[in-house]
Amino acid sequence: MARRNLLPWLLMAAPSVWLAIFFVAPLALMAFYSLRPNMEGGLFAWGWQPTLSNYRTILQGESYLPLLWVSIRVALVVAFCATLLSYPLAYFLVFRARLRAPLLLTLLILPFWTSYLLRIISWKVILGSNGVINSLLTYIGLVDQPVPLLIYSRLAVVVTLVYVWLPFVALPIYAALQRIDASLLEAATILGAPRWLAFLRVTFPLSLPGVIAGFFMVFIPTVGEFVTPLLVGGSRGALYGNLIEIFFGDGINWPLGAAMAFIMLLGVFALAGVVARLVDLRRLAG
Amino acid sequence: MPSLRRPGLLGLYYAVLLVLLYVPIGVLFLFSVNDATVFGFPLHGLTAHWYRDMLRNAELLESLGSSALVAVGSSLTATALGTLAAIALLRFKFGGKPGFLAVALMPLLVPFLILGVALLILFAALDVPRSLWTVGAAHTVVSMPYTLLIVMARLVGFDDHLEEAAQDLGASYFYTLRRVVLPLIAPAMLAAWLVAFTISFDEFVLASFLIGRSPTLPVFLFGQLRFANRFPQVLALAMLVMLVSLSLVVLAERLQRLGTGASLRPPEPAAENGS
Repeated sequence: MARRNLLPWLLMAAPSVWLAIFFVAPLALMAFYSLRPNMEGGLFAWGWQPTLSNYRTILQGESYLPLLWVSIRVALVVAFCATLLSYPLAYFLVFRARLRAPLLLTLLILPFWTSYLLRIISWKVILGSNGVINSLLTYIGLVDQPVPLLIYSRLAVVVTLVYVWLPFVALPIYAALQRIDASLLEAATILGAPRWLAFLRVTFPLSLPGVIAGFFMVFIPTVGEFVTPLLVGGSRGALYGNLIEIFFGDGINWPLGAAMAFIMLLGVFALAGVVARLVDLRRLAG
Repeated sequence: MPSLRRPGLLGLYYAVLLVLLYVPIGVLFLFSVNDATVFGFPLHGLTAHWYRDMLRNAELLESLGSSALVAVGSSLTATALGTLAAIALLRFKFGGKPGFLAVALMPLLVPFLILGVALLILFAALDVPRSLWTVGAAHTVVSMPYTLLIVMARLVGFDDHLEEAAQDLGASYFYTLRRVVLPLIAPAMLAAWLVAFTISFDEFVLASFLIGRSPTLPVFLFGQLRFANRFPQVLALAMLVMLVSLSLVVLAERLQRLGTGASLRPPEPAAENGS
């Protein structure tokens, strides 16, 4: 039976090694790299003294932390709106759509699987100053010159991202609602609860794990978002992610960028830790 | 078989939102067949020449090939690794299980931007030149949580007594794996592969940091945004790609339903949020 005990390790070897090299090691290396004082001696050089100077720069800088806060707020708003808007969709699918539910669900999810970049670009095309809305208005003679729409602003970023994530959030909520035992709702009705009360006291609390999962499935990618601000946000719509991208791109300062990325990573993990205490994540994982 | 209930307010809301979701995609389609490089009204008449131009654009087709290559490689790797881990996690007792599962699912919690820059630092440190390989490695990491969860959902769905029976009858473990376990989880593996393929094929953020000289399709597409006159072609290609990836997703969903529905035990009402 000794061989049998070796088996799981044999099976686990490849996945573990892969994750160690391409997931754990880079994040650890990034944390280490963030302690590097400057870029002297090329992208990768040894023999420097670890220092917290990058973190000091971030804490003392006028724009870094405020921008992180903006990113967090944008992500919260986007995740909240997307969850709020998609809850009725999931509810409809589970409790009202009946036989049409599978087809309607597929229709809802399909846009999510079209190119992420193109879904963002489509909003640039629609909202742009020479875009669809403006040119249509000019064409039919409602206005003489393009009206300033919400393109190149933070609001444009929020609207676009809510659009991008909306179908995706419906999935975990749908799964959670589907798991609710119908007899509980019957019991509530028999005991005289009106429908809104049954929803508030039975359905909604039971669907909460799905709601929270959906919320974070949006929050996490959004907090690190930099593509949408680039395309529809303009200079006024830039987020924390754009700064990180710049430090690893043209404004080359990898150590500072690494420190910024590490701060964001810690923030996300801390938040995830809090949420994991509130709900059992393994149940969400299905 | 439509239900007899009137749709009601919720149904109306669903319909309106569905339409809103499709409008931007419809707009893109409109300008992929419109005879102008300006995305606005008035329209300039129907044309198929963007689609024709696209088929002659070597750079564009090359990026399509690169994307396909990366997606095939990373999705196969992610499916293999996810399946191995799923079998180990659900069929064996060993220490460190919760820890492994936590790390394996953690890529879901890390914004792609952060993983992208972290991998950029790693490859710089190891002096590995950026290429399609580096992009593929990254895509494998972010696809693995999905493949793991999808295969695990399937493994939970059938009895391990089948495996015990095979081994009681004298089959070695690897023979059992090949003849009993793998056939049973094959639909889930295919579904997992399709999901991983779609994730990789469309992925932009990681690719933008880790790509070498030859771009993947999303990276190429992003670069083309600066050239207005070439954009309709890109749009045309995107429409075709969309069609392909949509059919893949529909297929994956079918397979997954097959995987969880047609098991040897009565179906269980769990585990359908794999993708």
